[in-house]
Amino acid sequence: MSELHEKADEIREEIIKMLVNVGSGHTGGALGAADFWTALYLGGLVRVDPDNPWDEARDRVVLSAGHYCPAQYAVLAEMGFFEKKELMSLRQINSRLQGHPVVRCLPGIENTSGPLGQGISQAVGMAIVGKRERKQWRVVCFMGDGEQQEGQVWEAYMLASKERLANLTVVIDRNNMQIDGRTEEVMPLEPLRTKLETFGMEVFEVDGHEIGSIMETFAKVRMVYERPSVILLHTVPGKGVGFMEGLVEWHGKAPSAAEAVEALRELGKTEDD
Amino acid sequence: MINPEMQLVESLDKVEVKAMRDGYGEALLELGKDERLWVLVADLMESTRVKDFAKKYPDRFVELGIAEQNMMGVAAGMALEGKAVFVNSFACFSPGRNYDQLRVSVCVGKANVKVVGGHAGAGNGEDGANQQSFEDVGMVRSLPNLMVVSPADYEQVKRATRAIAAHEGPVYMRMTAPARPVVTSKMTPFVLGKAQVLRRGGEVGLIVSGAMVYEGLRAADELSGKVDVEVINIHTIKPIDESEIIRVAQKCKRIVVAEEHQIIGGLGSAVAEVLVKEGVGVKMKMVGMSDVFGESGKPDELLVKYGMSKEAIIKAIKELAGK
Repeated sequence: MSELHEKADEIREEIIKMLVNVGSGHTGGALGAADFWTALYLGGLVRVDPDNPWDEARDRVVLSAGHYCPAQYAVLAEMGFFEKKELMSLRQINSRLQGHPVVRCLPGIENTSGPLGQGISQAVGMAIVGKRERKQWRVVCFMGDGEQQEGQVWEAYMLASKERLANLTVVIDRNNMQIDGRTEEVMPLEPLRTKLETFGMEVFEVDGHEIGSIMETFAKVRMVYERPSVILLHTVPGKGVGFMEGLVEWHGKAPSAAEAVEALRELGKTEDD
Repeated sequence: MINPEMQLVESLDKVEVKAMRDGYGEALLELGKDERLWVLVADLMESTRVKDFAKKYPDRFVELGIAEQNMMGVAAGMALEGKAVFVNSFACFSPGRNYDQLRVSVCVGKANVKVVGGHAGAGNGEDGANQQSFEDVGMVRSLPNLMVVSPADYEQVKRATRAIAAHEGPVYMRMTAPARPVVTSKMTPFVLGKAQVLRRGGEVGLIVSGAMVYEGLRAADELSGKVDVEVINIHTIKPIDESEIIRVAQKCKRIVVAEEHQIIGGLGSAVAEVLVKEGVGVKMKMVGMSDVFGESGKPDELLVKYGMSKEAIIKAIKELAGK
């Protein structure tokens, strides 16, 4: 596991470099979810092949909260879906690395996302096809917690439950943060677990910075029968960079050059330990 | 005179009256043999005429309940899996309520989704203004990658349904509601994107779509001997048949556009865009909703009250021709 944790910190470094290079983007969420994205791809929780990115048998990874894309881009590059040097083109003109992902803009990017709540419906559509056609592949959909405030999300949960989509795993980054502040102050979500369970979802909770626990939870999800699963991933936004951790101001901004140097120094130290 | 190449019904006085949605339901059932075709509905199975498909092909049918936003997204997800997905509701809800999902989940990625908006225009007459849809074409026409189709009648809906199923990419098809006279026949040529010259004339070019096709043909008939009217059916509003519009404009120099839709943003706007861009100077009048909402009433009563009838078309043509 420690190897994957080191990888996650390298991913964090890439995220900082990408964001400072372009001077805009969402830092907090991407850093907070870096352990998860590392576990998902580099820990082998989904079956994907960088050399054959659109293989019919692949698992589908749907990013619903599009603003997390720097984390996914960095991990995809690490996996070899495209060259790492391309990461620095994030959000720039003529780049494949769009500020919010567009379907198939890059190998491994399954869907278009940005306006929150749209990815989950697409994931449900894929999972219905997969289930009815008895496919072995699974669908993983990554969402933000603030995103749960969109009504469309609950429409999608109702359908996922009605269609008994055991091939669908929803991961919600429960970092308690959204642009306007803490979720429980902006628009309370609690009791989130109860709400999800009432909508027919099997709910798991896990420390989103413990890669081993994330992997154990995915193993449990595979045992769920006839219902969709939700994993509440408890994370700290900005994780790994002390002066960003838990602060709402880092939700939607990029670090300055000086801040990036400091962030990289801190992440580098962790690496040396 | 009526263009024989179009193989319309023999006489406008002897027409069958049939609902567009029946043509849609029948075509969908035929197309069901294609295993790529899926059908989604949001609690309007009977009204949108997808019930027969649902019975025959339950494995490729999904009832989503009253959740149009989710329906559009689910369709996009299925399209990403290689399916051709028909999304069904009333136009006021779809694309009315799920425009953002149409824009982002469907159009940005060119998902192979066919949005079929029923009861468009004055369709849901008695239900009142908020269930009517005079804005749908204006809403969706600016969306890149989206084709916009507005067939004339029952037969043309059948042809259009087959054609859009075969077309790879997103399409919006609007149907107006009540049973209407059927003027096209099984033999009428139909090609997406190609305007139809239904009647030849030299003084005024009348450009119509949807249920206004019949009203327009009647209007031209009544004016025969007084004003010589050419009638063009634009069943594909986007991409629009620019060359045909330019041709009739250059010939007649006077253009009337009639549609069961708001004047702002609809077919008339689309025609005007073409003419201005190409520098074709014409006198022009638009028949449609004049920037107001409707009210409860029978669809035909609404069309008369709000100026989208044969009489309104005749008035516009006469004014333009100075007669």
